[in-house]
Amino acid sequence: MGWIRVQNLGKAYKHYPTRTSRLREWMFPFLGPQHQLTWVLRDVNFEVAPGDAVGIIGINGAGKSTLLKLIVGTTQATTGTCAITGRVAALLELGLGFHAEFTGRQNVLMAGQLMGLSEPEIIDLMPSIEAFAEIGEYIDQPVRVYSSGMQMRLAFSVATARRPDVLIVDEALSVGDAYFQHKSFERIREFRKQGTTLLIVSHDKSAIQALCDRAILLNDGALAMEGSPDSVMDYYNAMLAKREHQKVRLQTLEGGRTQTISGSGNASVLAIALLNDDNQPVEHIEVGNPATLQIKVAIHEAIPCLVLGYLIKDRLGQPIFGTNTHIKGLPLANMLPDEEVTYHFSFPMNLGPGSYSISTALVNSDTHLDENYEWKDLALVFSVTNLRHDYFEGCAWLDPSIAIERA
Amino acid sequence: MKMVSGKLKDVLNYRGFILSSVRREFQSRYQNSVLGATWAVLNPLAMIVVYTVIFAQVMHSRLAGADSPFAYSIYLCAGVLTWGLFAEITTRAQVVFLENANLLKKVNFPRICLPVVVIFTALINFAIIFLVFTAFLVLSGNFPGLVYLALFPVLFVLIVFAIGLGVTLGVLHVFFRDVGQFFAIFLQFWFWLTPIVYPVDILPEHVRALLWLNPLTTLMAAFHNIFILNQPPHWGTLLFPLLIGALLCLLGLNLFRKHSGEMVDEL
Repeated sequence: MGWIRVQNLGKAYKHYPTRTSRLREWMFPFLGPQHQLTWVLRDVNFEVAPGDAVGIIGINGAGKSTLLKLIVGTTQATTGTCAITGRVAALLELGLGFHAEFTGRQNVLMAGQLMGLSEPEIIDLMPSIEAFAEIGEYIDQPVRVYSSGMQMRLAFSVATARRPDVLIVDEALSVGDAYFQHKSFERIREFRKQGTTLLIVSHDKSAIQALCDRAILLNDGALAMEGSPDSVMDYYNAMLAKREHQKVRLQTLEGGRTQTISGSGNASVLAIALLNDDNQPVEHIEVGNPATLQIKVAIHEAIPCLVLGYLIKDRLGQPIFGTNTHIKGLPLANMLPDEEVTYHFSFPMNLGPGSYSISTALVNSDTHLDENYEWKDLALVFSVTNLRHDYFEGCAWLDPSIAIERA
Repeated sequence: MKMVSGKLKDVLNYRGFILSSVRREFQSRYQNSVLGATWAVLNPLAMIVVYTVIFAQVMHSRLAGADSPFAYSIYLCAGVLTWGLFAEITTRAQVVFLENANLLKKVNFPRICLPVVVIFTALINFAIIFLVFTAFLVLSGNFPGLVYLALFPVLFVLIVFAIGLGVTLGVLHVFFRDVGQFFAIFLQFWFWLTPIVYPVDILPEHVRALLWLNPLTTLMAAFHNIFILNQPPHWGTLLFPLLIGALLCLLGLNLFRKHSGEMVDEL
């Protein structure tokens, strides 16, 4: 069984001001260090228990890849320790260090040997590696003629040819096409069932949500948040939108869910409710029934233009439907302080049974990155029930009328 | 000592990787050429022909005290071929970490395997050409007999010296890119400052003394003893290059131990 334990981990790169400073430092150690340290990771602590699946997210340069390299051991920590047990398979920087001049087959052999497999074992595994990578004749061609997707396919196939105790993947999955992504997700899920510990870095929200039961947000080389994938993702999205005058705050709701609120605060959502056809606020609503989303907004500072948007998400945080008043051609201009606006959005609840949440955004145009007055995740949680219709699968209510011609 | 035995264990554990790396290195060098491994022979052969023609035929240099018509060619071969082994190990070892940057950055494995691959690849190349040379000695009736076996301890000293220097330069090269350029030039001078194409005694007395500071001079003298005079080398003289080689190995390992973690950050 494999686990990972990261304690007080820090990594700094040495930066030498001039070309000769390193030479001076090596030749005359008594002069003291001639370099400055550039910290890319600081004080990172976390643990991954056997069988856990953890996703690491963060903007470019947040230190994600460095963290994985430290865990795998290709680079050494400046402070702190990393411990990892079990057989580890790692795909760093989209590859296994394939040699461009050698054929796919030769590279598979080399990569396999570096992972600790013997030559006969690799030869035994070769047919299944070839079958999974699906690169056909290319297996006997030099890797330099491969596309990046093909290299990734082969690398993933080798790394996962044997179920590892710990699988570490850095962005690799985003290179493949949708078909291969599905295939590799399937394999990872299969491994997880059998107890493999997983650590992945991805910008792909759905990958993290689909594969991980925990997520870690890295920001500026520090661990900014750790929690369930959808709450970390919400916080991450809010952080992306962060401007200097904006605050991001986290609020723990009943049931342990974490709500993220961000924005300048020039306007805010005062109240939000889902109304049924009798105009009564409800928490449960029947599939296909008419519904009205009522959102009351208060203005705190003068605003040139106000756009309200909302996004319905499913239980896993996947977007189901979202729109805003800019798209609908109804932005409000020149709002004054202390004004209040009430919006009504009416629609038939054509969703499948399940729990949904609504995020709201008050912005001045249609992107939430421009000027963000308030972004609120989990502003409302409601559930859709199916008591009156036939049983159906999925998150959309697309009830067909059926005609069958039997010859 | 513990460090050395630990490294040896790493090398043993990864012997599969080392062996197939050597094989692949060989394949990539010769597989796509029509003449294949013949090139391993043609290269030094061309060099020997050039020197024989220039020095023996054009400049009429003769080896004092040797009457065989092949004496000068044998003298040249003994020097040029072993120099070739030395040069291959050092030049390959000093770039081995840079050339394998891609691998070092992505896979965690004992890095000491890389110089080991260099030694084995160079040795196989050397074995091919040296077998041809040995066959020539046998056919032309110049085979030294039992004293031929003295070749192996001398080669051992040469390899210790070469890999010690190569690994030291290899680690330094990652941090100071000037090392590569510098060593290429240095090696040119070194070749001519070693009695390979000329015998030591053509030099003036006071220069000769300086020449013995070059560890390769004693090694070359040992090879010449074996192949020209058919005598075992003066074993005592080999202590000097062995000592320098051992010190370089220690220095190389020490540099390697201290900086191998940092190395990946510079690649």
